This record gives sequence, C-alpha cells and structure tokens, in this order.
Amino acid sequence: MKSAMSKRIIPCLDVREGKTTKGVKFENNVDIGDPVEMARHYYETGADELVFYDITASHEKRGIMIDVVRRVAETIFIPFSVGGGIASVADMREVLLAGAEKVSVNSAAIKNPRLISEGAEAFGSQCVVVGMDVKRVEKSEKIPSGYEMVIHGGRTFTGIDALFWAEEVTRLGAGEICLNSIDADGTKDGYELTLTAMIAEAVPIPVIASGGGGVPVHLADVLTSGRADAALIASMVHYGDYTIPEIKEYLHGAGIAVRRRW
Amino acid sequence: MIAIIDYDAGNLTSVARALGFLGQKYVITRRKEEILAADRVIFPGVGAAASAMESLNRYGLDLVLKRVLDSGRPLLGICLGTQIITGFSEEGHIPCLNLIPGRVKAFSREMRDEAGKALKIPHMGWNQVRVTQAHPVLADIGEEDAFYFVHGYYPEPADPAHVLAETDYGITFASAMGFGNLVATQFHPEKSGRPGLRLLDNFCRWEGKP
Repeated sequence: MKSAMSKRIIPCLDVREGKTTKGVKFENNVDIGDPVEMARHYYETGADELVFYDITASHEKRGIMIDVVRRVAETIFIPFSVGGGIASVADMREVLLAGAEKVSVNSAAIKNPRLISEGAEAFGSQCVVVGMDVKRVEKSEKIPSGYEMVIHGGRTFTGIDALFWAEEVTRLGAGEICLNSIDADGTKDGYELTLTAMIAEAVPIPVIASGGGGVPVHLADVLTSGRADAALIASMVHYGDYTIPEIKEYLHGAGIAVRRRW
Repeated sequence: MIAIIDYDAGNLTSVARALGFLGQKYVITRRKEEILAADRVIFPGVGAAASAMESLNRYGLDLVLKRVLDSGRPLLGICLGTQIITGFSEEGHIPCLNLIPGRVKAFSREMRDEAGKALKIPHMGWNQVRVTQAHPVLADIGEEDAFYFVHGYYPEPADPAHVLAETDYGITFASAMGFGNLVATQFHPEKSGRPGLRLLDNFCRWEGKP
C-alpha cells in the first residue's frame, strides 16, 4: 500500500529576547529580525512546520518568548514547536497554552528523563519532541554506536550513547526526535547521513534531521538514504540562498513526496 | 456564533485562532445553554479517547452533542472529536457517543511502505485527502492539497455512504465522514494552512445540508 505522506521541510528560528538572531535577506524586505514576520513569510511560502529555539539567557525575560509564541499562533496556521530553556511540565504547559503544537526538550531531559514521560502523560506524546545534540566519537564499550550525546552546544560530553538515548526517549513517550549533528552543524556540507539513518531505523517515531543543510541535494540525501521524515533548515533560507518553493521543486523532481500547494 | 466545545481535551485555542483569523465570532464553552444557542458547533480534541469520554459524560455533553446533531445545526468534529462520535474506540476499548455508526481502530504496527520499511505510528504530518463524495464543506479541496494529521487510531464508518474523503497511510481510511448536518475530519483543518482555513470557512457558511 502506498503512502502519499509528505516529507516535511522545517525552518528553524533562533530567538533571543524576542528577536531572531540570524539576519534575513528576503526579496521583499520583510521586517528583519521579527520572528512573527519571519514565521509569516515561511508560512506563506510553503514551510510545513516551524521550530523556534529560545536562546534568551536570562530566565526573567522568558515572558518575551511566550508573547512571541502567542503572536505567531495568531499569524500562522501550521504546526510549530518551541524549545530552549524548557525544564519542567509547567514550562511546557505555558508554551502549549500560548499556541505552540509541540515543545522540544533537550539537555533538561538528559538531566531529568522523567520530564519526557511527564510531558507525554500531561499533553500526549505528539506534543513532546526530544532534541538530541550528538557528536561522533570512537566506538567504545560505553559508546557502542560511536555517537555520543553532548550538551552546552557540544562542549560537554555526557557519556550517553546516542542510539541508546534515542531508544530510551522513545520508551519514555517522546513523539518525535529532532536529531542535530554537532559535527555537521554550520558546515553546509550536508546532514550526517550515517547517524540519521541509524537513529531513524532504530526508533518507530519520526526523526527530524538537523545540522549541515546547505543545498537542496543535502535534503534529498537525508530524506532518502538518511531515512529522515523531515529536515530542519536554517541559514540556507534565512540568508536568501534558497527559497522553500525552490527546495520543494527540487525534491519533487528527485521523486520525493513534498507538499506543493499551500 | 460558533460554539467550540470545551471538555479538557487538548488545544482548543488553535481552532479559536483560526476562526478569529476568518473573522468569525466564537465561544469556547461547556455550558449547555451556550452550545444549544450557537448557530454551529465545533467538537475538536486531542488526547486519549477514554479520558475524553469521561470528561464528556461528567459535563453532560454527551446528550448535548446528540441534541445538536438532532437540531440540524452544522456540527464539525475534528481529530479526537471525530473518533469519539463513532460507536466504539479500540483506544481503551470503550463505547463512544455513537452519533455515527462505526468504530475507531488502531493502525497496525505491521504496516509497511512501498520499500518494505515499517510505517511510523502515529501517522503524523501532511498527507493527501481524496474527496470521494462532493460536499459543501469540502468544496474547492483539490487533489494536491495536503492536510495535517496526528493520530494513532482511525475512524471506520459502518456505512460506506458516510465516507466523504479518504487518505492512504498503510491502509486506506476515512479521513472525512459525515451525513446530514454532520461533518467530521480526522485531520486538523486549523493547522493545515490555506486549504484547512478554506474548509473551516466552508463550514462557517454551510447550511447543514449535504
């Protein structure tokens, strides 16, 4: 039986104190740095979903992000997730009530894995995305897959095997994994295909590939041989190198099912 | 005025925001008088069938929904709302509202794609909706239009004449169903971009006749 299920293309926006941190050069000069306007732009040009990461350092200023989430939810009518600084079920509830479909937990889930099960219990697994930051290491008894979970942007190794962690978060009730290769991140040389395929084959939940996307063929690779269900994109669209319609047209031409009307 | 039924089952505000965007007046409510006074009613929901049924029964909304259906006013079910208007759900193995004959089944873990790989469950993401029976609420929905789904169970109406649209995911299932003044979608129109907003707008203009 065929499945016409589309692969998802998901722009990722880093937000600090209510402003996006990467510059934007859209052809129609939309308001630079406003996450709500960027969200509208990507919604109108065919993004399948959006991801927001709050990188606001100060906890007191987190309310600014909640306001951004509320305004985004009034503006776009596709799913979006919010991550960054989510450390409790109360944090999750705040973001979901403001209008996000999903919350993404990362290092807080490593410190407290029960956050995943409690979030899934309270809001349903479909609301809980687990973000995984992963680095390639020597295979060892402790890290048999050769991929290790890292935190603090890759500066701290946790001693947890990435494949083990992917299976563990699935067991705890995660609805989706956003898999970020720290090695590939920022290189624009392509996604980490070995890692992505290994995780996507191992877990029954969808895997979003993140890190390394620079040109459309990178997305084609990770959505086919990388077995990913979705691909995160950032600078390749933020700086105007490509538009989402261009990327989707390329993927369609490569025989990959994507949503082409919006 | 559109009543969005509030029964502690998930994110009702996304439906409300979409109606607001369309310029419609709405109220999120579990008050019987407000629901029965509304011009049309939306029954959304995200979560598990058993706790949803428990809430509905506790608030007395099971009978209110039956009355809305009998009154002839347009009624739209979405996702979990669509599932629990059937007679029975395999999720928790519980009897449901039985506003439309049929049952809710679990996707099989054995489902495979064309390459023989296991299909992910829940069915989450954008998929096509093939309209099999022309209907005012589904007007102008094209073959290329995709809608956003998040579900591990699917409705199976007992009467094939109640199927309005189909979607393929390992099997072919009814992604929209209805009769008379009832339309129910398994997907989330409020999260499906412009095609979804069009469907909601169609519902807001619909007289309640097929």
